[in-house]
Amino acid sequence: MIPGQFVYHRPSSVAEAVGLLASLGEEARPLAGGHSLIPMMKLRMASPEHLVDLGGLADLKGVREEAGSIVIGATTTQAELIKSDLLANRLPIIRETALLIADPQIRTKGTIGGNVANGDPGNDMPGVMQCLAADYVLTSPAGERVVAARDFYQGAYFTALEAGELLTALRVPVPPAGHGFAYEKLKRKVGDYATAAAAVILTMNGGTVATCSIALTNVAPTPLFAEAASRLVVGTSLDAATVKAAAEAAKAIADPATDGRGTAEYRREMAGVMVARALAKAESRAKGT
Amino acid sequence: MNEMVITREQREARLEGMGCKRKRVEDIRFTQGKGQYVDDIKLPGMLHGDFVRSQYAHARIKRIDASRALALPGVIAVITAEELKPLGLHWMPTLAGDVQAVLADGKVCFQNQEIAFVVAENRYVVDDALQLVEVEYEELPVLVDPFTAMDPDAPVLRPDLDGKTVGAHGPRKHHNHIFEWTIGDKAATDEAFNSAEVTIKELISYHRTHPSPLETCQCLASFDKVKGELTLYGTFQAPHVIRTVASLLSKIPEHKIHVIAPDIGGGFGNKVGAYSGYICAIVASIVTGLPVKWVEDRMENLSTTSFARDYHMTTEIAATKDGKVTGLRVHVLADHGAFDACADPSKWPAGFMNIVTGSYDFPVAHLAVDGVYTNKAPGGVAYRCSFRVTEAAYCIERAMDVLAQKLGMDPADLRMKNFIRREQFPYQSALGWEYDSGDYHLAMQKAMDAIGYRELRAEQKARQDAFRRGETREIMGIGVTFFTEIVGAGPSKNCDILGVAMFDSAEIRIHPTGSIIARMGSKSQGQGHETTWAQIIATELGIPADDIMIEEGNTDTAPYGLGTYGSRSTPVAGAAIAMAARKIKNKAQMIAAHLLEVSEYDLEWDIDGFRVKGNPERSKTMKEIAWAAYNAPPPGLEPGLEAVNYYDPPNMTYPFGAYFCVMDIDVDTGVARIRRFYALDDCGTRINPMIIEGQVHGGLTEAFAIAMGQEIKYDEMGNVQGASFMDFFLPTAVETPHWETDHTVTPSPHHPIGAKGVGESPNVGGVPCFSNAVNDAFGFLGSTHIQMPHDAWRVWEAAKRLGLHQ
Ligand SMILES: Cc1cc2nc3c(=O)[nH]c(=O)nc-3n(C[C@H](O)[C@H](O)[C@H](O)COP(=O)(O)OP(=O)(O)OC[C@H]3O[C@@H](n4cnc5c(N)ncnc54)[C@H](O)[C@@H]3O)c2cc1C
Repeated sequence: MIPGQFVYHRPSSVAEAVGLLASLGEEARPLAGGHSLIPMMKLRMASPEHLVDLGGLADLKGVREEAGSIVIGATTTQAELIKSDLLANRLPIIRETALLIADPQIRTKGTIGGNVANGDPGNDMPGVMQCLAADYVLTSPAGERVVAARDFYQGAYFTALEAGELLTALRVPVPPAGHGFAYEKLKRKVGDYATAAAAVILTMNGGTVATCSIALTNVAPTPLFAEAASRLVVGTSLDAATVKAAAEAAKAIADPATDGRGTAEYRREMAGVMVARALAKAESRAKGT
Repeated sequence: MNEMVITREQREARLEGMGCKRKRVEDIRFTQGKGQYVDDIKLPGMLHGDFVRSQYAHARIKRIDASRALALPGVIAVITAEELKPLGLHWMPTLAGDVQAVLADGKVCFQNQEIAFVVAENRYVVDDALQLVEVEYEELPVLVDPFTAMDPDAPVLRPDLDGKTVGAHGPRKHHNHIFEWTIGDKAATDEAFNSAEVTIKELISYHRTHPSPLETCQCLASFDKVKGELTLYGTFQAPHVIRTVASLLSKIPEHKIHVIAPDIGGGFGNKVGAYSGYICAIVASIVTGLPVKWVEDRMENLSTTSFARDYHMTTEIAATKDGKVTGLRVHVLADHGAFDACADPSKWPAGFMNIVTGSYDFPVAHLAVDGVYTNKAPGGVAYRCSFRVTEAAYCIERAMDVLAQKLGMDPADLRMKNFIRREQFPYQSALGWEYDSGDYHLAMQKAMDAIGYRELRAEQKARQDAFRRGETREIMGIGVTFFTEIVGAGPSKNCDILGVAMFDSAEIRIHPTGSIIARMGSKSQGQGHETTWAQIIATELGIPADDIMIEEGNTDTAPYGLGTYGSRSTPVAGAAIAMAARKIKNKAQMIAAHLLEVSEYDLEWDIDGFRVKGNPERSKTMKEIAWAAYNAPPPGLEPGLEAVNYYDPPNMTYPFGAYFCVMDIDVDTGVARIRRFYALDDCGTRINPMIIEGQVHGGLTEAFAIAMGQEIKYDEMGNVQGASFMDFFLPTAVETPHWETDHTVTPSPHHPIGAKGVGESPNVGGVPCFSNAVNDAFGFLGSTHIQMPHDAWRVWEAAKRLGLHQ
């Protein structure tokens, strides 16, 4: 449980950081909160030769509103997400999710950028970002490009991020005021990754669902935007049959592995249960009940 | 002057003796991070070592190539079985009469088995070098399921035992058979079943788990070549036994070995036996002449050093139609892993499993245990229990519920009907024990009243009806348990470890100013001995506990004792303390008589000194007597005031308790929420109620973990699954239920202060209580027994099997 040798770098600007990452290539890894990377290094599942610490990049921190979107700097910690009034008002699902990640100690170090860039299907924020239709801003010496969260994840630990690229910010469109939201996460204990989890954002028009977006965490090698399930719900009053059909649609795209949290069958079923429960909670919040 | 005016109550309170909720004195250093654990000890020139471990569960080792590792700067040595062979140390004896490979001798029998020991200048280089040692394997067929261990074509796991038809505990029936142990009257038991009105039969498994103390196993060996002396610091629950074993194996004379167990961060049975790490660190220190430290990491701890349980108990009860038990028959298939490395008293290969008759008056019983080898880590240790007592309690408490269900009787009523009655003590059990004391009916009734048992049953009935009507997806379970433990091993007539009788010891020395140093053969790992031992002495000798220093764990200074495990410290060392104190008190009485110029018989003890009967104004405090012992001892009497006692207990002690759990289960997720947990313990005389409560809280938390998810699991290839705290369930404060504690007091009649031990009761009683609650929740739907652990996915599967997800 001791990492191999590595060289530690602490750049003071984004330009310097991406320059380092580009020149060091595949053997270099950005280091944010270290709470995914360092455990993997201790297990020697990762042995980067260079760590580029993002801790000195003040530009990457903070939450601000910009033209209908909330922009979150990559090194904003999960604890800072929880404390942000802006998020609590505009994107309460982020706060709800952050509170379900790991434990207070880890949330003090772990960053949202590390959480979404890591590519671990167990991370909670990627599914939430897919649910919210967020964009990721990726920076390299060549400049910036934007990749949608829904297009970013390719497989477990495989993402659209290229060597030499840094995720610098997340841009999240703000759902209308009064929207319903929920992140339902089934886990064995505090500090555990999800057995299955579902994120829901919806808006209601009278008694019917006007818009709905559903995403799933940790029931496949990547987070899943449950498009069919989301569509099924729109225009309904979320009657029992619809909720059941949405849960079935979500289960249909889930492809979990058997692990200590349960069999593949159980985890797929739980994806359905989490969807049903998240829909119910989001609905009651949208109705203000 | 002040001395003169204080009241008797104040004098008593000042002692902080038995019964006082004295704050734990060790917490002053623990809460400030000032404890001294093995890994805190750093000696000049110290080297570090760790193991190259097997990738496979069963394989021949064709080649070990350490050349690349040895070429790495900072690497001092790579030790394999070849290097240990000339010393005769490549195998070591286990406490259970088997042998275990210190380093794999041509073959590995479980995943992560020790293959080579890499020694280097620092811990970083050790880990780098571990990656560089090349091992070439030839895989062999793997045996994981104990139920197939004795199939005719099962792989041979232990070729070293080839042709050995008799093991340490009698004949072996098969190449993977370790022992068969039977007890009880088979013919009479069979007869009880033949003529029974009602019988039940259930395979009740207690899964494989691990004691998982927060501090893993570790040691630091330092051999002084000039003096020929070995100092061994280690996380030892039994330091004196470790020294004897180290001497027998290494041939270093016992007086030249100094074993020191410093502060220990939990043991729970994990730190009783001897491990390869100890032998390798010692050898490496002898070879290099430098201190060598070995510290397990979490994965090594969970996957190699001593698991617990893996007991598969086929249990039958015979009874009358109206619920009187008439016979018990149990067969156990015991999975010991690749080597029999149980830490039981030597003559007890299945520990005290014969306490399986529990709290009930079984006229006849029979128990048979077959131990088998599998390709899993060795062990079978007593994880927070006296040897196999948790297994026994789980077995009988689960089985009583199964019987209640079959009879349509309330499980609490069934227990009440079959309890050993107060007037039957001392009670001879059908499987050979003499229960010392108890009042089971009183305890059970108190517990039922406290929890509102009948009302809970009525509520449960209503909820079951609502569930049937589809109004809720939650079901409610009530766990009922009444356990009897057997602790305090043990009397020399039936308990020894490697031939050393299981006594324990205490040495108490009063200094001229009346303060005390006392040393014991026991060794606290968090139990709070420094606090409670001083309280016993305080009450016995009238010296304030704060003036008493307790020391354990240094074999050079402490009297020989067998250590701390199996809830034996209070029953055995605690008794030795009281007896040593009484020797001192006798002498003190002579001195007091001399000082007061009266006969000893004219004196009586009064809180903190002796006074003249009928003339209480004339008295001498223990402090005054202590001074006199050094200053002016009576003519003919040795100066000084100290005593040693080695205590060989006449019997075990039998703590008991009534536990109740109320639980709600979400059948759609399988998640169980503990609504209430009530624990009534009777551990006899209570030395420190706050420490008892702390022990009960900790033990219940472990019981909760075990019953509800904690497991060491293997896949069919023998790969150990989830050996980290991500998967191995260690509840945090968030998951841990609220505990309600209570007690009755039935002192042990044979123990000098009537105390019975409590540290393990909550684990012993807690596990069946949680499991019974889960089973009780599903009982009304026709389920009889659901195997542990009851983690959410398994509970969900149980619900699915019952068709609850339509
Ligand atoms: C016990 C434990 C429990 C946990 N439980 C949960 C949980 O329930 N849910 C959950 O979501 N997470 C959980 N985590 C993970 C935790 O939230 C991590 O902090 C988070 O996933 C990663 O963030 P980090 O800042 O620590 O990233 P790091 O560990 O520093 O980095 C993670 C990966 O992302 C890369 N990276 C980091 N920042 C950037 C960037 N800006 N641009 C490009 N690449 C980058 C790194 O190179 C690395 O490969 C847990 C962690 C632990 C130790």
